[in-house]
Amino acid sequence: MGWFIKFIDSSIGKKIVMALTGLFLSIFLIAHLAGNLLLLAGDGGVKFEEYANFMAESGNIPVRIVEIALFILLIYHIINGIRITSINRKARNIKYKKVDASANSTFFSRFMIQSGGIIFIFLVIHLRSFFFPYRFSHPEITMYEAVKTAFENPLYSGFYVFAMVLLAFHLNHGVQSAFQTLGLYDKKITPIIKKTGTAFAIIICLAFAIIPLYFLMGMGE
Amino acid sequence: MSNGKKMNLSLKIWRQADKNSAGEFKDYTVNNVSPDMSFLEMLDVLNEELIIKGEEPVAFDHDCREGICGSCSLYINGRPHGPKRGVTACQLHMRSFHDGQSIVIEPWRANAFPVVKDLIVDRSAFDRIITAGGFVSVNSGGAADANSILISKDDVEYALDASQCIGCGACVAVCKNSSASLFVGAKIAHLSRLPQGSPERHKRAINMIKQMDKEGFGSCTNTEACAAECPKEISMDVIVTMRKEYMKAIKEME
Repeated sequence: MGWFIKFIDSSIGKKIVMALTGLFLSIFLIAHLAGNLLLLAGDGGVKFEEYANFMAESGNIPVRIVEIALFILLIYHIINGIRITSINRKARNIKYKKVDASANSTFFSRFMIQSGGIIFIFLVIHLRSFFFPYRFSHPEITMYEAVKTAFENPLYSGFYVFAMVLLAFHLNHGVQSAFQTLGLYDKKITPIIKKTGTAFAIIICLAFAIIPLYFLMGMGE
Repeated sequence: MSNGKKMNLSLKIWRQADKNSAGEFKDYTVNNVSPDMSFLEMLDVLNEELIIKGEEPVAFDHDCREGICGSCSLYINGRPHGPKRGVTACQLHMRSFHDGQSIVIEPWRANAFPVVKDLIVDRSAFDRIITAGGFVSVNSGGAADANSILISKDDVEYALDASQCIGCGACVAVCKNSSASLFVGAKIAHLSRLPQGSPERHKRAINMIKQMDKEGFGSCTNTEACAAECPKEISMDVIVTMRKEYMKAIKEME
């Protein structure tokens, strides 16, 4: 096992772990969004409740396995990201007086730890509002009602939308960077991956952001 | 931009007596700079004036002054080798600046590249990475007959593109992580596909990357700033090659 630890703990190995966990989390976003869009069904939350109960059921073994994997990979992604950033920052003690970073790199690529940090704060709030209460206890109101109440608060919705913008920033660099880290790079395919990554970031985050706005505008029953 | 008119410039230059001293920025003015001078010639003019005044001239690395040796290493107005793409500081001309402009000149900043004096940094970390594996172990003998070893044109071109790296360190200097990935990638890509270099490709990747990490360079986060600023325009492709070589080498890892 020594060789494996050495591999995933090398500068390149850490980035490979970052790419694989990041792509897994991106796929999770698709599944999560698909479920959440049921909130917009306009049926007072009937379909959404069915889905939420199915997902929260203890007997649903496949979902429970994926749930545990998701948490482990998410935590690994966060800790690994913090470690990489801290090592990289320590590689230059004396900073430049003048840096013209926009001349050679995108803002998104330089903003990953900051966008990641805000997404983390969002996740803590998000999980406390919806996941933990409904997964581990039985609140009196339905999940649909909880979502509706939360999103009718402009502060809560505002922060949600803000976090989605930051998530889009994070994905815009992250998705294409992950493919590059895993070795998929050439003149033909890379421009396509970059455009697809940007489109993915915009579509996913826009779709997520529509949900709080829908309730904020009083369109939820 | 150039109309032959002489320019007056104000410079802010990092001065540091030696490795152990604390440095600081000092302001200088140079007058009557010809737009046809190279950036280094402009510094030569400044140094002549400083010598006449009895002051210590500004120390900076330079050698060939034609963009092939990789000695010059100036961080000019926030970019390695200055505002032009695909050139070294010695190939940068003063016509890229305008009269009255203020220019900040700094040494490469990375812990792996400690400042020796003023604008000169110690880049021997690169030498140690090469010593760790950037070579072919067998004696390749005299020049072989043409076409005695067949190499596909794609592989030759790929190797030659990567071999253009002059080891100047601009990639490390510009990277927000001080990563040496473009340099190490270029060396690995240069040798891995050629018949002479291919047999040792896995050991080479393992050893060079191990040394790169040991020297205290950061890791690549694909900002692609290095490829944008490389005076030899080495592509990000070599970093991807480096990763692939490293992944393939996993079975030889101990």
